[in-house]
Amino acid sequence: MAAAPSSDVLRAPLVVEFPFTRSLGPVQSAFLTGLRERVVLGVRTGGGKVLVPPVEYDPVTAEEITDLVEVAPTGTVTTWAWNPAPRRDQPLRRPFAWVLVRLDGAGTSLLHVLDAPGPDAVRSGMRVRIRWAEERAGAITDIACFEPYEGADTGRQPAPHSGEFGDPVTGIVAPARLDYTYSPGRAQSAYISGLSARRTIGERCPSCQKVYVPPRGACPTCGIATRERVEVGPAGTVTTFCIVNIKAKNLDIEVPYVYAHIALDGAGLALHGRIGGIPYDQVRMGLRVEPVWSEGGRYPDHYRPTGEPDADYDTYKELI
Amino acid sequence: MAPTSPARDVAIVAFAQSDHRRRTDELSEVELLMPVLHQVLDATGLKTSDIGFTCSGSSDYLAGRAFSFTMALDGVGAWPPISESHVEMDGAWALYEAWVKILTGEAETALVYGYGKSSPGEVRDVLTRQLDPYYVAPLWPDSVALAALQAQSLIDAGDTDEPALAAIAARSRDAASVNPHAQVRGSRPQGDYLVRPLRTGDCPPVGDGAAAVILAAGDRARELCARPAWIRGMDHRIEAHALGVRDLTDSPSTRLAAERAGAFERPVDTAELHAPFSSQEVVLRKALRLGDDVSVNPSGGALGANPVMAAGLIRLGEAAARVHRGDSDRALAHATSGPCLQQNLVAVLEGES
Ligand SMILES: [Zn+2]
Repeated sequence: MAAAPSSDVLRAPLVVEFPFTRSLGPVQSAFLTGLRERVVLGVRTGGGKVLVPPVEYDPVTAEEITDLVEVAPTGTVTTWAWNPAPRRDQPLRRPFAWVLVRLDGAGTSLLHVLDAPGPDAVRSGMRVRIRWAEERAGAITDIACFEPYEGADTGRQPAPHSGEFGDPVTGIVAPARLDYTYSPGRAQSAYISGLSARRTIGERCPSCQKVYVPPRGACPTCGIATRERVEVGPAGTVTTFCIVNIKAKNLDIEVPYVYAHIALDGAGLALHGRIGGIPYDQVRMGLRVEPVWSEGGRYPDHYRPTGEPDADYDTYKELI
Repeated sequence: MAPTSPARDVAIVAFAQSDHRRRTDELSEVELLMPVLHQVLDATGLKTSDIGFTCSGSSDYLAGRAFSFTMALDGVGAWPPISESHVEMDGAWALYEAWVKILTGEAETALVYGYGKSSPGEVRDVLTRQLDPYYVAPLWPDSVALAALQAQSLIDAGDTDEPALAAIAARSRDAASVNPHAQVRGSRPQGDYLVRPLRTGDCPPVGDGAAAVILAAGDRARELCARPAWIRGMDHRIEAHALGVRDLTDSPSTRLAAERAGAFERPVDTAELHAPFSSQEVVLRKALRLGDDVSVNPSGGALGANPVMAAGLIRLGEAAARVHRGDSDRALAHATSGPCLQQNLVAVLEGES
């Protein structure tokens, strides 16, 4: 049974999405272009075995293979598994069977799905055929699914094929999306919760006494847990800085501006943040600054000078 | 081909694992990991600065965090600088790298760890991203679906049936009932089909966990442990990624790794098999020629707890712990990675009498 998450630990949805763009070699290009044209191609290995889907190198001998052949759009299920609850992005929205299908003329099996009314309608050895997607773009999903088929294997031999088509597909874009519920753990939850009250919370190492901010729950030097919470700041000292001259995409800040390391009072290491309220060419090491919060902001928008005298170098040199 | 004997004796001298749980929202990855690191260090009396080499296994895809292994290093104490490496695989493969490092004389001791938090995401979806991106991943076949295809192959071949699979699940969870770290313990119903022919009971629990071991060479191992678990051989092998090319009822890569690790030279008394699905135990028993007299997964195995990226390392750790305790004289440990037992690692561990 799942333990109830403790109430002070934060959780938030996190979506990771990426369109993987991949180029195809000659064999994969021929296969996927073929699917677009409703032609299924395989490769014949030096040993005479026909691999469908095709690969560029023999999985046994590692020899390069280029001998393309056409196989039938009909085949035999070699094994199957009934999926009663399709997951997002799987090929069919209704329950279906996962199948490995040996297409007529092929010596290996292709993984895909079978549209069938229920598990009782599926068995290893059953005959199936490809149902093509109405819109095809040169991807494995151009095969919408397999469907039951009454005809026997005619034993037709795979026919040699040039692999040449008009407008060949040379790449694929494979979009992926993974959904998470992110929890930053105890230490970082306390830090983030503190920021929403405009307080900066660190954790002190019981061994070396250094105060880590933001805290991650461990002292990376001593390799032990940090537990004692310490409020640091709000003011701090610029320990080092740089002048940014290139505008970042989607960032509404005039260039040039200054990005700095800031050692908040009481912290054992510097945070980073933008410096405002002072011309960029007057920012200096030792400058005393304080956070400026925007309305409703979850973290300081930037830091501005406090007007205090600059800090003495010896007071922050360990933190650079 | 005869197995090559290692150039020096290397042993697992300490093992620790977390209590594996469905979710650990209150713990960051380093917070999950740190207690097991401290346990193995305390068991040997070693400090981080005494360790010659550190190696870890994990995957950013599980928790959706980039470069998460670098953050986990905070739990090791990586300052002053240490010699460190990471594999984007189960920690068992990190142990292999550490073993090689010691065999080549570049280290006397090594700290190895693996961890995974599966609770933030959907591990069935996450694992689809390790598949062939051209022909397979666009179909999103999840880990249970692929294991179910393998299970049906075994049933068609007459190698098992659903009652036999249920018996494997029941035996594993009975064994897990005496393992305080396991996530699922004791008898439970086999449940409905998740992907037929696999029922809930045939599938591993989803959860978070971590494990760590310490390796040491020769006399150093004897100083650190009363009865070191000597690694007599270790090997790992991989098969073609395309499922349609492989015979899913067999695991030639496991057999070859076992042969190269010396597993067939003499019988073993214990086997810790990394079989996340009940059907995979059928394949592994056959490939490893395990008789009924061998104690298989006395820990409960991956059906009791399957923290992804640590579960294989835990098999090595559990086997070693039995040697440490004197419950085993010669144990086999196995770890797997990839769909349908694509990659397999086998180690043989022995205690001196
Ligand atoms: Zn410290």
